[in-house]
Formats: sequence, C-alpha cells, structure tokens
Amino acid sequence: MTLEEVCDILEAEVVAGGNLCDIEIRTACGADLMSDVLAFSKSGAVLLTGLTNVHVIRTCEMVELAAICFVRGKRPPEETVRLAAADGLPLLMTGLPMFEACGRLYGRGLRGCSENGR
Amino acid sequence: MPSTRITKTQEMVYEMKVGEVMTRQVITVRPDVPMSRLRGILRQNRISGLPVLDGQRLVGLISLEDFIKWLADRAEDGPIRQRMTQHLEKVSEDDPLVLAVGKFDKSGLGRLPVVDRNDPTKLLGILTKGDVIEGLLKKLEIDYQQEQIRRHRTAHVFFEDVQADRTALVLQYDVKGQDFGQAGASSSRLKQTLHRLGVGPNLVRRVAIASFEAEMNLVVFTSGGTLRAKIQPETLLLEAADSGPGIADIACALEPGYSTAPDWVRELGFGAGMGLPNIRKSCDRFEIDSALGKGTRLTASFFVNENFHDIS
Repeated sequence: MTLEEVCDILEAEVVAGGNLCDIEIRTACGADLMSDVLAFSKSGAVLLTGLTNVHVIRTCEMVELAAICFVRGKRPPEETVRLAAADGLPLLMTGLPMFEACGRLYGRGLRGCSENGR
Repeated sequence: MPSTRITKTQEMVYEMKVGEVMTRQVITVRPDVPMSRLRGILRQNRISGLPVLDGQRLVGLISLEDFIKWLADRAEDGPIRQRMTQHLEKVSEDDPLVLAVGKFDKSGLGRLPVVDRNDPTKLLGILTKGDVIEGLLKKLEIDYQQEQIRRHRTAHVFFEDVQADRTALVLQYDVKGQDFGQAGASSSRLKQTLHRLGVGPNLVRRVAIASFEAEMNLVVFTSGGTLRAKIQPETLLLEAADSGPGIADIACALEPGYSTAPDWVRELGFGAGMGLPNIRKSCDRFEIDSALGKGTRLTASFFVNENFHDIS
C-alpha cells in the first residue's frame, strides 16, 4: 500500500515529507527499542514508535526505513522533524496507541518484518 | 555573452544519423495501382503514406492526404501515379537527424524517404517523426543504462585500480562521550561514504548497524573514543576504541538483554542490552578486548569478497 493509505488507515497527520506520500510500503514494525529496529527491521518498512527523539531518525537512516509514524499523539520535537526533512524521511503522527495502530495496518494487509521471506 | 544551454536531446539529434533510426523494411506501392485500392493498403499496414516504386526506382510518395484530396475532388479512379507527390524532400542515411527534423518542421510532412546519396532514386528506407522519437528514446535508454553500468563499475574497480601490494583505506571518526545529541552522526557519515565507494547495500547495512551500536556504546559509557573503518579489498574492519572505563564482565555484556545503562539512556530507546549482541550478529568476526580502567577495543570484521560486488 502507499504511505498515503497508511496515513488514512491510521487517521494520521503528516508532519514531514508530505511530498513522499506515494511511496510504496510493504512491511512495518513497531518498536520503542532502537536496537531492535536495527536488528530486526527490513529496509523500506514503516516504523511505528512512541519515541520522538533524533535517534529514531538516525536509526532509521542506518537501516533505510521508508517512513516513521509516531503513535499515541506524540508530536516530535522540532529537531527531529528537521533531521527527518534533511534525510528525506516522511514522518506521520497518529492519535492511536501502538497496539491499535499496528493492528489496523496488519488487518489491512501490511506484513511484519519477519514475514514474506526476503 | 548569452549562454545557450544545449539539452541532451538537442545534442543527440546532431550526433545521430538518419540511418540509425529509419525503418528499413518499407512497404511500397507500384505507380499503376488504382487510387481506389490505396485505402485498403494503408489500413492493412496501419500506415498513413508510402513510397511509390517503379521497379526499383523511387518515383513518388502517396499519402492519406492525397487520398482524401482525391475523394474530395470526386475524381475518377486512376493510377496512383497521377495523384502522388513527385517533388520529394529526401534525406540520406548518413544525414544527421537534425537535418531531417528541420525538414519535417519546414514542410509539415509526415515521412521522408531515405535514399542513396549517389542515386536519389534508390530507396533505402523511410523516416517518420515516430521513428525519430522512438530512436531518441532508445538512445536515451541505452545511454542511461551505460551510465548506470559505468557508475557501478567506477565504484567496483576502485580497489582494482589502486596499484599497490597492500591497499587499505582508513576512515576515522572521533566520537564524543556523553554527547547524545550528536550520537549516531559518525555512523551516518561512514554509511554515506561506504555507499559512495560502491560497497554493496547489504554490506553497508551490516556495517552501519554495527557502527551505530558501537558509537552508542562510546557515547553512553565512555568519555569518548574513535570509530575506525579500515577498508581493504578483501575485508572491512570496523574498530571502536576508547580509554575507559572498560567492561567488567565481557561474557555478561555479550548476553542479549544484559545492560548496565542508566535509565536516561533507556528512555531514549537504547541501553536494553542489545548493543554488543547486535554488533556480533551483523559481522563475520567479532573480537573484544577490555581492561577495567584502561579501555575497550572492539573489532568487527566483514568479509568483502562477494558482498562488495553485491548490488541487490
């Protein structure tokens, strides 16, 4: 699905990188532990997280994630948005809690990072 | 002095020859074929005009326009010879494309016969605007592919081009301790550099993960240190070194989930005891040396061989 569809499903607000909403998203992961993101995520995935500091952006840059969605209505600080914009990484923000956000996306066909081989 | 920017397409129409893009398999018609049969010929071949050949000689061009004119005139049926265009704009095989484009523009014609330079009645092919466009697009695609291959190669022959008995490129980054704001920035720079050197994406990713975790360790636990990537034709060594405080129990530190990180670090999404295990998991060989009060030296080796050329 496209990032725009992800946005619709999560009733999310685009915080940065609105011009990248047509990118294709196939997998997602939910984590607040950046080491887990480093260890288990797949490049091109969208990350759902409750953390909003700049290290989330740096972590995503390392493993080439496609986008980040902050859950439970957490608005990322200015610094985070700025770094994401510089990296060309789209940021979303949803009011849904982590579990529900993940559930909605999974229910609509988005797969996890350990699925689909590759 | 006004500078005119020449586009790639403009450059191409000067460089390319008519012969490169023209259609060689030409459908032709004899001059004695009646006009009433023309519609069928055009429709069958899905064309809007064709050269008229008398034996082997090019004598004219007949098009849909001529046919419509014939209909409008309500003229009697007769041989194509009577209605065809005889004064022809022609081009030669070795003419630059720009000449043909100019002729299309000036005359409004849909097609130009391509003839032998020494014998203007000898038909070699036909050139339509569609041929020109298709030819340009194909050339662009080929150029694009070659450019891709060239870039790819430049990256890959980097080490093959370096003539030495032993080659190593060392990239060193100084990491400040306790400066969480900048943490990760060195790994970011290392990663971009490896990309530019043409290291395969899979290897870059593995090195980036290891380097990021190592950098976090330097920031969180030490008063600073260095991160070094030593790139050799066969291996890539990632080394993180600091001068204290050292790891009390290395075996424990290597256990996933074992952590001595303070809470503030955990709140930032790190310090869950996955750092060293992650580094170990992403590299091919892992070595760590530590002495309390003296410091820690961590070396992660990545075997380049196949991976370096891996572009998947």
